[in-house]
Amino acid sequence: MLGILKALKTTLRAAMRKPVTVQYPTEKKELPHRSRGLPVLLWDFEKDEPFCTGCQVCARYCPVDCITVTMKDNPKKAAGKSKRKKIVDQFYLDYARCMRCDICVEVCNFDAIVMNNTWEGVELSTYDRQDLVLDTDALLKQSRTGQLKDPFREPMGVAHSGWSPKVEEEEEAEETKASEEGGEG
Amino acid sequence: MATIDYTIPGEPDLETVDININVGPQHPATHGVFRMVLTVDGELVTDVDPVIGYMHRGNEKLPENCDYRQVIGYHDRTDYLAQFNTEHCFVEAIEKLTGITPTERSEYIRVILAELNRITSHLMFIGAFGTDVGIFGTSFMYAFRDREYVQDFFEEITGERMMYNYFRPGGVAWDVPDNFRERCTQVLDHINSGLKDLEGLIVDNEVVLARCRGLSRVSIEDAINWGLSGPLLRATGLEYDLRKAEPYSIYDRFDFDIPTGKAGDVYDRVLIRLDEMKQSVRIVEQALAGMPDGPIMAEGMKRILRVPEGEIYMRVEGPRGEYGVYIVATGTDKPYRHKVRGASFSNLSALRAMSIGNYLSDVIIILGSIDIVLCEVDR
Repeated sequence: MLGILKALKTTLRAAMRKPVTVQYPTEKKELPHRSRGLPVLLWDFEKDEPFCTGCQVCARYCPVDCITVTMKDNPKKAAGKSKRKKIVDQFYLDYARCMRCDICVEVCNFDAIVMNNTWEGVELSTYDRQDLVLDTDALLKQSRTGQLKDPFREPMGVAHSGWSPKVEEEEEAEETKASEEGGEG
Repeated sequence: MATIDYTIPGEPDLETVDININVGPQHPATHGVFRMVLTVDGELVTDVDPVIGYMHRGNEKLPENCDYRQVIGYHDRTDYLAQFNTEHCFVEAIEKLTGITPTERSEYIRVILAELNRITSHLMFIGAFGTDVGIFGTSFMYAFRDREYVQDFFEEITGERMMYNYFRPGGVAWDVPDNFRERCTQVLDHINSGLKDLEGLIVDNEVVLARCRGLSRVSIEDAINWGLSGPLLRATGLEYDLRKAEPYSIYDRFDFDIPTGKAGDVYDRVLIRLDEMKQSVRIVEQALAGMPDGPIMAEGMKRILRVPEGEIYMRVEGPRGEYGVYIVATGTDKPYRHKVRGASFSNLSALRAMSIGNYLSDVIIILGSIDIVLCEVDR
């Protein structure tokens, strides 16, 4: 009997304090800065084009293969407005498959992809799975309209976490190597 | 196992028929998709046939097609209540194979997070166990209030609530936020007060005492023979904890006790988990005091991690017991063989021996006291 009374004391004390829960759909807790929603692409306001060059490194490192990217020659490079030789042509990201592991953000050499740290990055219920396959425009929308104010990246980028980005020469060497391999195949 | 006397004194011998009862796979008391085929004679259980495999996702085979960084994410998903502990096991294995020394700071961060994760896992157990025993909802809500608090803390550090993917061979993915110490102290205070609430609810509760004390006693010899580990093994009285018996990471620097039980019954298993949470708080406090500043990633890490040829079996003390990873590396960036030893699987194999001869409703408690995570059982 004593034990039951002891337990009752605990529960009665709870009646005195404020509830710890939040009425979710109407009230929302503030998400922490590092909150990892689903990935979105970033928009380069200076050059008026996406940061993404379509290098496919994220697609290669994605454990669940939810990213499909293609690359094209940058028309703005020819016009002299941008330094990027290549730019993303099509970027498809399947949110239904993404497991939010953050690896795409980590490997990206151009800081072009981040995890969405707003509520829009997690509230994505739809009636059709096909609606969860987002294309380039849909992925860029958050950043372009300014909804994505302060995305989290590690302070020193990928170098900080040890998976240091390749220097440009190394990358070019790899690119030529890849194209040679492709030619042979 | 003791033979059961089925005759009821003072009644004539009646011919009885054993009945098969299916519990699960979709049953709230089985803590996941687990199925038990119980053979009951009246109220007494005469046979238990556990059926597993509903949650099999190929979590051992999948990483063999992933590079070492991608595997970390899959380790979160083997034991979804102790993600930091599983990640810890995997990255330690890789570090031992490649000879990387993780930085001091990252070691402390890992230990703090792994111990807090042990607390959240045990809180989950206490909550779910209360539901099994019959204090429906109450203990669950109290445990979850505190668990949620720690979970928020994890979210502030890693960004995720469940699948953190935060540890890396050589360190951690990124540094903890600036207010880490203050927040961690807050979390510990919260846990301490929450533990008092939970103790008030469970330890002296007559319902829990009446139902759990003396139920499914396990001797030390049986526990060793069945391959039990973790709180189940320590409840029998054997002082065996991998953090002390085979110190990995920096656990040898901390001063903590291993709580052990006496009777090896269900009640002891609950008490041990409550005590273990207190010990974890002690470890976190010490680690917080000793945490140095500095880099969080070992120097000279390559973009693609190639592990030299070799094999290793690394084990850590998870909340449920010994969690082990066996890796065969062939010098490429992918493991050739990747085997996981789940503590729940070995502990669950003792379910049959533990529950035969008990009442039907008690089998649910016994299953609850094993604290299974079906993702770890089926992998």
